[in-house]
Amino acid sequence: MPKITYNTHNNNTHTIDVQNGLTVMEGAIQNDIPGIDADCGGGMSCATCHVYVNDEWLDKLPLKEDGEEDMLDMAFEPKKNSRLSCQLIVSDALDGLVVNIPSKQG
Amino acid sequence: MIKTDVLIIGAGPTGLFCAHQLGIIGLTCEIVDNLDKAGGQCIELYPDKPIYDIPAIPECTGEELTNNLLKQIKPFNINFHLNQRVEELKKVNDRWHVKTNGGKEFDVASIVIAGGVGSFEPRKFPAKECEKFEGNSLFYSVKDKTIFKDKTISIFGGGDSALDWAIELSNKSKVNLIHRRDGFSGMEASVQKVKELNEQGKINLYTKYQMESVSGENKIDTVKIKHDEGELKEIKSDYILGFFGLIMQLGPILDWGLNINKKTIEVNTENFETNIDGVFAIGDICSYPGKLKLILSGFHEGALAARGCFKYAKPDEKLRFEFTTTSKATHERLGIKK
Repeated sequence: MPKITYNTHNNNTHTIDVQNGLTVMEGAIQNDIPGIDADCGGGMSCATCHVYVNDEWLDKLPLKEDGEEDMLDMAFEPKKNSRLSCQLIVSDALDGLVVNIPSKQG
Repeated sequence: MIKTDVLIIGAGPTGLFCAHQLGIIGLTCEIVDNLDKAGGQCIELYPDKPIYDIPAIPECTGEELTNNLLKQIKPFNINFHLNQRVEELKKVNDRWHVKTNGGKEFDVASIVIAGGVGSFEPRKFPAKECEKFEGNSLFYSVKDKTIFKDKTISIFGGGDSALDWAIELSNKSKVNLIHRRDGFSGMEASVQKVKELNEQGKINLYTKYQMESVSGENKIDTVKIKHDEGELKEIKSDYILGFFGLIMQLGPILDWGLNINKKTIEVNTENFETNIDGVFAIGDICSYPGKLKLILSGFHEGALAARGCFKYAKPDEKLRFEFTTTSKATHERLGIKK
């Protein structure tokens, strides 16, 4: 199973095996990783599953759909490496992905 | 004090359908919601987006679903109390007394919390010092636009609210519009209008900038913004407006002594009652083994919670199961004339 690493804002690191086909957001929720709220449940409608992706991964991820960038406008402290974790579907290609969770979701 | 059988907290699809189910079994209810209209997330988050998993409705938008639910409960003449957030809950003998932040008071036999993921509140600026100016020179909504006349306003955001206010205020004020990227999520016509006004010098547009800090004595005087590449700019501003949409907060519900688990309320699956007798929770806000956050699950939960409310509202009566197709009592309640 692909391993996804979640760094929380207070420097805790959680490396989790996440099943192919789940989203990076679901991997966090199912494993009780704090800091990802996902209020809308994965509908790209709330921007509370916002993460910062490590730079070396930025170009390897699937491109953002239109709505994702619009939602990121609403996120707490969005940056160039911001993504919504509900839009990142785990596959073997994402094995080793590192995401950083912001201090707040809103 | 408003006396009724049940108070429903939340006017989303789940709350609306629960009101229908209460009406069908002959109970009265009133509905409170923090937003200014019914519909909950369907209206606030995705009014135009299609929904494909409402039974027997192959496709509808959030707005259509809401309008149909409102039509379905029309025969019951239910009162809505909008722009009201429930604050206090108090047990008085066998009844509950509930107070809202707008000063409304209810005396009810039971309560159904259909609060979704909480009440919607504006998203705020990350910079800490913004709090100090909130309500005097920094706002997340516009209540009185006359205060902005002949002043300098810095507006942050890229959605319709930010664009619309930038256009509107540029008539009588000096407007800076600051957004984190070149693209906007607002309507294309508004984006074009803002760009025109920028060319005419009526709006100063700063894209790829975000707020770094604000400063001032009692009121805001200067806002510092930072470019993607790190360059800093200081802009004189009398007022700051931030439009970053809404976020959901559980708020005072957290203090009611309910069993809360990951921002949701634990319930049984027989009638969706919480650990507090007479307080039910349905829809996205409730949790139980196997919970699915779907609108259709909320409908089921609302139907059972409504029946659960019956014994509190009419302790001396027995609820008889009936079908709406054949029940005379139901037809009367629905105002159907044969």
